[in-house]
Amino acid sequence: MGARYTRIRAQVVKEMLSILRDPKSRFILLGPPLMQLFIFSFAMTLEVSNIDVALLNRDSGAASVEFIQQLEASDLVRRTHRVANEKELARLVDTQQVIAGIVIADNFSARVASGEGGELQVILDGRKANTSQITLGYLQTIAGNVSATIQSHGSRGASDPATVRHWFNPNLTYRWFVVPSLTGILVMLMALMVTALSIARERELGTFDQLLVSPCTPTEIIIAKTIPAFLVGLVLGCVMMAAAIFLFGVPFTGSLWLLLVCMMLFILSVVGIGLMISSVCSTQQQAILGIFAIVVPVVIMSGFATPIENMPRVLQWIAEAIPLKHFLIILQGSFLKSLPPQQVFANAWPLAVIALVTLTLATRMVRSKLQ
Amino acid sequence: MAESQPGGIELQGVVKRFPQVTALDGISATIRAGQLTGLVGPDGAGKTTLMRLMAGLLRPDAGHITVAGADTVQQQHLIATGVGYMPQRFGLYEDLSVLENLSLYAQLRQLPAAEQKRTWERLLEFTRLAPFSKRLAGKLSGGMKQKLGLACALMGRPQVLLLDEPSVGVDPVSRQELWRMVGELTDSGMAVVWSTAYLDEAEQCRHVLLLNQGQLAFDGPPGALTGRLQGRSFRLPNPRGDRRHLLQRALDLPAVSDGVIQGHAVRLVAEADADLQPLQVLAASAGSQLEAVAPRFEDAFVSLLGGGPGGTSVIAELMEPVSLESDIAVACSNLTRRFGDFVATDDVSFEVRQGEIFGLLGPNGAGKSTTFKMLCGLLKPSTGQAQVVGLDLARAASEAKNRLGYMAQKFSLYGLLSVRQNLEFAAGVYGLTGACKQQRIDEMVDVFELRPLLDSAPDDLSLGYKQRLALACSLMHRPPVLFLDEPTSGVDPITRREFWTHINGLVRKGVTVMVTTHFMDEAEYCDRVALMYRSRLIALDTPDGLKREAAHHGDEELTMEEAFIRLIERADLSELPV
Repeated sequence: MGARYTRIRAQVVKEMLSILRDPKSRFILLGPPLMQLFIFSFAMTLEVSNIDVALLNRDSGAASVEFIQQLEASDLVRRTHRVANEKELARLVDTQQVIAGIVIADNFSARVASGEGGELQVILDGRKANTSQITLGYLQTIAGNVSATIQSHGSRGASDPATVRHWFNPNLTYRWFVVPSLTGILVMLMALMVTALSIARERELGTFDQLLVSPCTPTEIIIAKTIPAFLVGLVLGCVMMAAAIFLFGVPFTGSLWLLLVCMMLFILSVVGIGLMISSVCSTQQQAILGIFAIVVPVVIMSGFATPIENMPRVLQWIAEAIPLKHFLIILQGSFLKSLPPQQVFANAWPLAVIALVTLTLATRMVRSKLQ
Repeated sequence: MAESQPGGIELQGVVKRFPQVTALDGISATIRAGQLTGLVGPDGAGKTTLMRLMAGLLRPDAGHITVAGADTVQQQHLIATGVGYMPQRFGLYEDLSVLENLSLYAQLRQLPAAEQKRTWERLLEFTRLAPFSKRLAGKLSGGMKQKLGLACALMGRPQVLLLDEPSVGVDPVSRQELWRMVGELTDSGMAVVWSTAYLDEAEQCRHVLLLNQGQLAFDGPPGALTGRLQGRSFRLPNPRGDRRHLLQRALDLPAVSDGVIQGHAVRLVAEADADLQPLQVLAASAGSQLEAVAPRFEDAFVSLLGGGPGGTSVIAELMEPVSLESDIAVACSNLTRRFGDFVATDDVSFEVRQGEIFGLLGPNGAGKSTTFKMLCGLLKPSTGQAQVVGLDLARAASEAKNRLGYMAQKFSLYGLLSVRQNLEFAAGVYGLTGACKQQRIDEMVDVFELRPLLDSAPDDLSLGYKQRLALACSLMHRPPVLFLDEPTSGVDPITRREFWTHINGLVRKGVTVMVTTHFMDEAEYCDRVALMYRSRLIALDTPDGLKREAAHHGDEELTMEEAFIRLIERADLSELPV
C-alpha cells in the first residue's frame, strides 16, 4: 500500500509540474479563462437597445402623445419613423429599416380615457425573431404605463406572436444570468483541456509506454491524472466565482459549501470525460478535436442559451447525461434564487453518477490499451 | 545526363550561427555530380544545418553555396526546382495513400498533368512500391516510408538530391534497397548527399565529408581516412572466459583507443605508435592472439574524434551483483498476438538466461516490436505466456514490472520537468522513498555526471546526456532485467560506445538485457540473437552462429548485415509455393 501511495504521489507531482512549472502554461491556465469571463459576459447580452421603429399614429389624444413621448424617451428606441399610411409602414418593415411598426388607432386615447384600455397594433419583423420578441416585451411595458394593451402581428414567418418571454429587468439581469453560467462552462473547458491533453501528450512523447512498463496500474494512472486537473479546475472555479460576486456584483443567495461540493463532483465528471477522450487519442491534435466535438454540443444542450424543455424529448434525455446541465441549474440557483438544499441534491446526484461512470470508463480504456 | 554537366555543389567558407552556437564555422568543399557523397559526423556536428543550407531553407551568415550552378541566396527560385530534399522526417501525409502522396507532390512541383501519370509509374517502379500504391502512408513500414519519401523528393527530376539520415529506423533489407536506388541515381549523373550517423554507410560512399563541431574534419574518399589507421586495427578471436571483461580490460589499457565486441571476438584499435606489448600479454592471458585486420571507417572516425570512452562503467561498479532464484530471466512460450485477422507474432518461444544480452532482430513489420512489447508488459498476448524473472506478466503484472527496466528509442523523458524532477519521478513510480530514494538519485547523478545539469530541461541536453538521463531513470530501481527498444537509433558512434560500456558493465553484474535494434553492430554485442521475419522466429543463435548458418560454404566470412539479409532471403525462398 505504501508503494502504491508513493507511486501515485510521484505521478501527481509530475503532473502538477508539467502544468505549473512553465510560467507560460501557468498563465494560460488562469489568464484566458478570466479574460473570456470578462469579454463574454459583456458580449453575450440578450439586451435590445437602439432599435428603429415605424409609427403610424391615427390618434391625437393625450394617451397617444404620452405613449409616443415614453417611447422616444426610452433607451430602446433610437429613431421613430413617422409614417402616413400602412403601406409605408409595411415597406419599412419589409426593407428591414425598422424592427417593428406600431399602429395607434384613432380611438386609442378615447378608450384609455374611458377605462376600457387602449389597444396598440404592433407589426414585428419575424426574421429577427429574438430581437422582435424582446422589443415586443419592452413595448408592452411602455404601453402598460399608459394603460394600453398590445395586439401584435408578426410578419414573415413570425411564430406565435402572443408568446411573451420571461420578463427580465433591463440591463444587469442578463449579466447576472450569464456570469455564473460562464463560470461553469469555462471550468469545464479548462478541466477538459488539462486532462484530455495529458495522456495524448505522454503518448506523443513516448512517456506513456514508460509509465505502462512501470509498476503503476491503470487505476493509479487515472487517479494521478485526476487529482491535478481536479485541483486546477477547483482553483479556477473559485477564482471565477469570486470574480462573479465581487467584480460583477452578482448576488449570491445560496449555500457556498453546497456549491463547492457540487463543483467538485462536476469537475470530477468532466475530468472523466477528458480522460476518456485522451485515452483514445494518439496525438494532442486529435485530443483537441475531441474536446471540440464534445464541448460545442454540451454547451448548446446544457440549457445555457436555450431552454431544455423546448428540445425534442430524446435530446432532453441526452441532456440528463450532460454534467454541465445539472451544474448550471445548481450554479444559477445558488447565485440568484437561493436554491433549497433538496433541489441542489436533486441535481448533485446525477453529477456523482456521471463522475463515477466516466472515471470508471476512462480506467477501463487505459487498461484496454494494455490488452 | 552526362557526367560533365555542372550539377554538383560548391561550398565556399560557409558559416551559420544560431543564437547559442556556431553550427558551421567556415566550411569549404566540393560535392561532385554523378557520385554519392556521405555527410557524417557525431550528433550536433552541423549535418542537418548544412543540409538545410544546401536546400536553400537557411541562409548562410557568411560564404556562398552554389547548388547545380545556382546560388542558394540570390537564385533561390532555381534551387527549388533543381534540388530534391528529403528531411529526416519526410513530410508524408499519413492519412493519404501512397499514390495520393505522389499526386500531391506532383502538383506541388507543378508537374504538367500529362507527365504526372508517367512519372508516378516510373517512381513506383523504381521504388518497387507499386503493389502498395493504395495503402495509407501511415500504415507503411519505416523502410517503405523512406522509399516513398525518396520518390516524392525525386518528383521534379532534381539534379541534386539531399538525403538527411535516410536510414534511421530502416532495417537492413530496406536499407539495401535504398542503396540500390541511390546507386542508380548517381549513375545517371545526379549528385547525391547522404547524411548519416551509421559509419558502415559512409564507407560505401565515393566521397565523405566529416563534420565535427561545425568544422570540416575530413574531406576525401573514405579509403583515405581509413588508410591512416593502417596497422592499428586488431581482432582477438575466441577469447577464453568473458569477452566483455576482456574488452573492458583492453579499453583501460593506454595503448588501446577504441574497441567493440564483434560476435565472439573483440575488436580493438590501438593508439598511434603505441607499444602493443601489454595488449599481446592481455590477449595471451585470454588464450587468444592479436590478429591484424583491415581498418574500418568507423575506427578512423572514432580515432579522428579522439578515441572511444574508457572501458569501465562506474554505474556497473556501483551496482550490486544481481542474483536470481532461477537461471531464466525472461521466457516466452507459444507467444501469439493477433490484431484482427493479422497475426503480428506467431507462436514464438524462447528463453533468455540470466546475464545474457539477447537481441531481437528483424525487418520492419516482422513483429519484433509486438513481441518485445508483450515481453515487457505493454501488450497482452492473445495466447501464450510471457514471464519476467519467473513472474507471469498477465497475473503478477505489478511485481513483474517492478523487476524490469525499460528504455525506448525516444528516451521518454518529461521535457516539461527538469533533470532532477525526472529522476525524482522515476524513483517515485518505482516506489522509492525517503533516504533510499535520495541515495539512489545521488548515485545516478554522480555516475552519469548530471550534477551541473540538474536544473536544466532534458530537451536542452545533448543527445549523449539525454541518453544518460534516460538510462539513469530506467536503472533507478536496479532492475535485474533491462529492456532496450532501439536504444541507439540515430546516435553517433561515440555516444553509442559509451552506452554499450554501461550495458556491458551491467551484464557483468548479472543484469539481463533484452534489446531490439536495426543496427547490426549492436547485434554483435549480443550473446544470442533471435531473428524474426513475417511474425515468426526464423533463427536463434549466437551472432557468429548466425553468420555461419548464413554462409554458403564453411570459410566464408560474413558481416552481421549480410547474414541478416541472407537469412531473410532464405526464409522467402522456403515460403514459395511448391
